[in-house]
Amino acid sequence: MSIFVDEKSRVLVQGITGRDGSFHARQMISYGTRIVAGVTPGKGGRDFAGPGGEELVPVFDTVADAVAETGADCSVVYVPPAFAAGAVMEAADAGIDFIVCVTEGVPVLDMTRTHTFVQDRGCRLVGPNCPGVISPGKTSLGIIPGSIVARGPVGVISRSGTLTYEAVRQLTERGLGQSSCIGIGGDPLIGTSFVECLAAFSEDPETEAVVLIGEIGGTAEQEAAAWIGEHLEVPAVGFIAGRSAPPGTRMGHAGAIISGSSGTAEVKTRAFEDNGVRVAMRPREIASLLQELIGG
Amino acid sequence: MNLHEYQAKDLFRAAGMAVNPGEVVRDPGAARVLAQSFGGSAVVKAQVHSGGRGKAGGVKLARSPAEAEEHAEAILGMSISGLAVHQVLISPIEEIESEAYVGVLIDREGRCPVLMVSAEGGVDIEEVAADNPEAIHRLRVDPRYGLLPHQAYGLATRLYDEPKLASQGARAIAQLYQAFVDNGASMAEINPLIATSAGQVVAIDAKVSIDDSELFRHPELAALRDPTSETAADRRAREAGLSFVKLGGNVGCCVNGAGLAMATMDLVKFYGGEPANFLDIGGSSNPDKVVAALEIITSDPGVRVILFNIFGGITRCDDVANGIVRAVERIGFELPLVIRLTGTNEEPARRILSGAGLAAAASMDEVVEKAVQLAAG
Repeated sequence: MSIFVDEKSRVLVQGITGRDGSFHARQMISYGTRIVAGVTPGKGGRDFAGPGGEELVPVFDTVADAVAETGADCSVVYVPPAFAAGAVMEAADAGIDFIVCVTEGVPVLDMTRTHTFVQDRGCRLVGPNCPGVISPGKTSLGIIPGSIVARGPVGVISRSGTLTYEAVRQLTERGLGQSSCIGIGGDPLIGTSFVECLAAFSEDPETEAVVLIGEIGGTAEQEAAAWIGEHLEVPAVGFIAGRSAPPGTRMGHAGAIISGSSGTAEVKTRAFEDNGVRVAMRPREIASLLQELIGG
Repeated sequence: MNLHEYQAKDLFRAAGMAVNPGEVVRDPGAARVLAQSFGGSAVVKAQVHSGGRGKAGGVKLARSPAEAEEHAEAILGMSISGLAVHQVLISPIEEIESEAYVGVLIDREGRCPVLMVSAEGGVDIEEVAADNPEAIHRLRVDPRYGLLPHQAYGLATRLYDEPKLASQGARAIAQLYQAFVDNGASMAEINPLIATSAGQVVAIDAKVSIDDSELFRHPELAALRDPTSETAADRRAREAGLSFVKLGGNVGCCVNGAGLAMATMDLVKFYGGEPANFLDIGGSSNPDKVVAALEIITSDPGVRVILFNIFGGITRCDDVANGIVRAVERIGFELPLVIRLTGTNEEPARRILSGAGLAAAASMDEVVEKAVQLAAG
């Protein structure tokens, strides 16, 4: 199985006619994602041509129209930062259950309002500033390259993009396939936390181990560690990026800044280890630790 | 983006808050004139983006206009945390009865703004949090409704027993929250918020960080950026859309993605080296960005080797390879290049590099180990 999305997910792309949206819509279609609609205000009524030029995706002005016509239940948002929070709320308002927001640079205060709005409508948001979710062999929502994943028993949760690719490809090369890989995003305020992903993986009978790729800043890894200590029944391997980062300086991701003593790699590593999570000191060790734990 | 104290105070005044008066000056003579106008005594404060200004000697009390001039002269010549002081804020000395702390920041776990207040103000709030956590009172604000009057008053009663002070404190707390929201801040704090011996609640310090992602909405705040607070490399990186942090080692790093960039620095340390910088070229694949990145890295005289670690996704490896070749031709540096490229368009990228006499490896550990060896040798 997989979490959050699978081959039945009916996906719409917000911002499908834009530079990033059109490129990744074609990538997703090639991977096998059921892209049923696109939304770009002012471009409704057109068709978006898929990778072969044959698969045509209808474009709508509003998410509500797209949902009514196509039964879409998931959305991937590629719209620019100034409009991203609005796009997420529009999707939640139209009854979409699951939203991935790829956009980087969304104002944090926009996300505080968006989060309550989305939650009030029973919808799950992943991101913003994230690579999305891929359930190997089934569907992909976002930008994770399909070529580096394989179907299997490992659940992957990460705050990063390319670092996730690095780790996932090594898993795949060692024969450790994945049930789902989720990039939760590098911003300080994100829709879905490590803990929520862990809870979903723990309900999935095919997930036999979990990988958490965290980084400096905030306390999300500590909260995940505490949850694992109390609830998780499968083995877990962790990695923390930013051991060499100086305190008080933002390292690229808006969320990757050590303020005070709680956000350091040492504190996060200790929280993992205290709760039975094996911690890799470099990316390549993630796969070897997993092999020790679950074979393969 | 961090604001200077005097800029933050202007935002608080615009929200209606009682803030002690003050003027920012760049020459010691002007400090003397201002101190005179404040009745002879004044506080002289360095305006620099660094905590711990007081401990560093950047805050001084002057009991005469001549002393204000002396202090201003001394502070204007100093550096705090490596940043030269170009401006000092001159304010009258207040008679302080009590000092409180009031701050707003983003609560990641609660996904909302959180107000923090403490009657133990005027000291490092991190230390209060560590030594005496129950002295800090927190309130998560529901972004749908904002900070409600009874909530602001409830917090103020934690700071003041005297009803008149509590109602003034509640007003300051509400004004701080409003300034935080209206300016797209990621942090706003007053430390200390004082009660004067005359029974007035007044902010005598101010600290604000604006969320960089909000600056497109607030050109008036973007214009407050102090060009002297940035190094030439920082400015070049910001203008080119690169995330860059200078670290001081000798292995120059150029990576796509913040997480991978941090992991690359960590791996440099793991193999016994020291990263010269954090540099994320971002997700887009523009050869010009790579050229800008190499200009920044090669402008650091401490760099002895340049390490590329690129995992192509949105970033196309051939774009990066083109950028590297173009930069080598244009800048003509002698430093060794150690390159790892993998992912989208890896094959054309390798052809481009080998055409220029450069090679690329596929493994991260391999290139990092090699870069560390070259830097040491």
